[in-house]
Amino acid sequence: MAKHATPKLDQLESGPWPSFVSDIKWEAENRAKNADKVNYQIPVDCPADLLGVLELSYNDGETHWKHGGIVGVFGYGGGVIGRYCDQPQAFPGVAHFHTVRVNQPAAKYYSSEFLRQICDLWDMRGSGLTNMHGSTGDIVLLGTQTAQLEEIFFELTHKYNTDLGGSGSNLRTPESCLGTSRCEYACYDTQDVCYQLTLDYQDELHRPAFPYKFKFKFDGCPNGCVAAIARSDFSVIGTWKDDIKIDQAAVKGYVGGEFAPNAGAHSGRDWGKFDIQAEVVDLCPTKCMKWDGSKLSINNRECTRCMHCINTMPRALHIGDERGASILVGAKAPVLDGAQMGSLLVPFIEVNQPYDEIKEVIEKIWDWWMEDGKNRERLGETIRRLSFQRLLEVTEIAPQAVHVKEPRHNPYIFWKEEEVPGGFDRDIEAYRTRHQR
Amino acid sequence: MAFVSSGYNPDKPMENRITDIGPRKYDQFYPPFIAKNKGKWLYHEILEPGVLMHVAESGDKVYTVRCGTARLMSVSLIREMCDIADKYCQGFLRFTTRSNVEFMTDNADTLKALKADLAGRKFSAGSNKFPVGGTGAGITNIIHTQGWVHCHTPATDASGPVKAVMDEVFADFQAHRMPAPLRISLACCINMCGAVHCSDIGLVGIHRKPPMIDHEWADRLCEIPLAVSACPTAAVRPTKVDYKGEKHNSIAIKNERCMYCGNCYTMCPALPISDGEGDGVAIMVGGKVSNRISMPKFSKVVVAYIPNETPRWPTLTKTVKHIVEVYAANANKYERLGEWAERIGWERFFSLTGLTFTHHLIDDFREPAYYTWRQSTQFKF
Repeated sequence: MAKHATPKLDQLESGPWPSFVSDIKWEAENRAKNADKVNYQIPVDCPADLLGVLELSYNDGETHWKHGGIVGVFGYGGGVIGRYCDQPQAFPGVAHFHTVRVNQPAAKYYSSEFLRQICDLWDMRGSGLTNMHGSTGDIVLLGTQTAQLEEIFFELTHKYNTDLGGSGSNLRTPESCLGTSRCEYACYDTQDVCYQLTLDYQDELHRPAFPYKFKFKFDGCPNGCVAAIARSDFSVIGTWKDDIKIDQAAVKGYVGGEFAPNAGAHSGRDWGKFDIQAEVVDLCPTKCMKWDGSKLSINNRECTRCMHCINTMPRALHIGDERGASILVGAKAPVLDGAQMGSLLVPFIEVNQPYDEIKEVIEKIWDWWMEDGKNRERLGETIRRLSFQRLLEVTEIAPQAVHVKEPRHNPYIFWKEEEVPGGFDRDIEAYRTRHQR
Repeated sequence: MAFVSSGYNPDKPMENRITDIGPRKYDQFYPPFIAKNKGKWLYHEILEPGVLMHVAESGDKVYTVRCGTARLMSVSLIREMCDIADKYCQGFLRFTTRSNVEFMTDNADTLKALKADLAGRKFSAGSNKFPVGGTGAGITNIIHTQGWVHCHTPATDASGPVKAVMDEVFADFQAHRMPAPLRISLACCINMCGAVHCSDIGLVGIHRKPPMIDHEWADRLCEIPLAVSACPTAAVRPTKVDYKGEKHNSIAIKNERCMYCGNCYTMCPALPISDGEGDGVAIMVGGKVSNRISMPKFSKVVVAYIPNETPRWPTLTKTVKHIVEVYAANANKYERLGEWAERIGWERFFSLTGLTFTHHLIDDFREPAYYTWRQSTQFKF
């Protein structure tokens, strides 16, 4: 018998997609039964109370979670999000319901052993409910009480050799695509840079010293599977400089129908016979390809590495060998001054251990942003307020035509004094000798 | 429920304290066939919706079965995933950015058994625990946020509308019938913890009423200057008010300047903004993050408001499904939703979908608005 009647939520148990309501109910039952004799450290019925308070929101269309609350572990300024229910008398199991962010392993590979350890910890010291994963990439442990926070942290660090993620005005938990571990498009080892920089910047991750949040994301190629370009202040996106490698025999395999185009991604509809001219050559955004009926050629100097031809014929075309990444900066969601995507800052950088060249760019940006950024101003907003030119100056990167889609639309150039012969200090008296008032 | 110590000593918090160790290293969790072939992959194929095969230079083939999840999951469900990983995948698994779980094996027979096993696993009320799909030119899992489950600023729930929408488009989670991948995302407010602003279809919770002001508490709960400076449109200012016969340092809000972003509430709990009647969901379409063919694009608002119709958001799900179907019927192969809308023109997008164009859809926020108006005589009747 459920603790709270949830007639509205119950309607989310039908249908084919996994039902979070069924899952929470299952967890509530398992905790009530407690077959493994777990010594629960927070109320056993918190999943049931979570359903209860959620049902209330489904009835009145409003959230019942209060504003944050400063809770955390000693010495860290992030990693725990305080959360309190605004109806604690009705739902005591979730009266305090803090979130713990645990830094996920890069690209979210797990052993069952490690996952079970996290589950055991969260079963005993938390609600038994999680998000796999939060939007930024953390393992999100959803709901515990203040007294458990140090205990959870102690167990994570001592028993499971793992640490909390970021929150607040910190470096947020970095995230990467799976990179070279299982993808032929990856231009660098995204997981390794992600891991190494996470370790190198532990202080920035745990102790808020920034104007606002700062996110790194690492995409292995321009397909962008972790959406770095849309949501990270500092996006490292794989690319290459030399020629796309062509296997002409495999190209013929696609043309002849031996291989399914686009790795079989369009198998659910009859799109007709594969037409390399229409589907690859004509869709190339720079029109740098030619198919003469037996040979595919690419004018690589004109290629902008959009990935379409490679995605369409992955057996025949492969990324070049002179690999590295482009760095784009300043992406953010709309709050406050509108959404921004990353803008190209470093067209090409080699990505080699120990990643000092990348770190140099990061640290120059941080020095500037920590000095000149306003409270709660994302890097992208600082750049807009103080100019892209300023960003180039502080990062000591020479302006190049690739930095813009097109040159400026107005002549209101902020000339620097040293760029103008004679400077800005002029003699009005001398001027008047040439021009009467 | 006796307190059980982890070993932490609250009197000596620094004793044996371990900090700043970071996450576990990724390569501890590679299945052997991933460790062996890392950096040496030749190509991949999607054998059927949800099943990938990666082929390495060594000749090894790795099969991946991708399954949708609700993202919000219990330790009971994670343990079940671990059981599956132990039985079929040498004890390893991974999750994707879009909250799918992936089971991998290098054995074709194991793949068959794994698929059959996954298909039979259901929650007690009948929904699938591990629906296989989410690949290629189909609809994959919806990136989403916390909503009413755990957030203090949402204008809608997240898990509920996601469940309702995924039920509606479920056939396309398990098919490759779309012209190109179609990515749906949901953010329960405009803070957008998910990357909704660059999705083929983005669902965004919006507030539509200015915050209320808790005069008695404003000065006690908030740093009023922070609330003032949090407002992007200068609608918030400090003021003194008489309230119930007492003078309070408080806040005044110019309603006509408020764009309901809730940023002031983030800074000041005495300015609650959520409202059961006012809140709901906007639909944005045509964004993408991939650089394929065209550059990444922002999503554009095409439906200004849909009410929160709990528990299954029927108007929202119907509208999403309709947009999906019109796109599927009209776009060219490889064309993302935004590329299609740009090719045919947004006026044609509205005529084909039958969505009503209203004044809400004309941008009036800051300077970029001008660049979205039409500086041309080129348009379609």
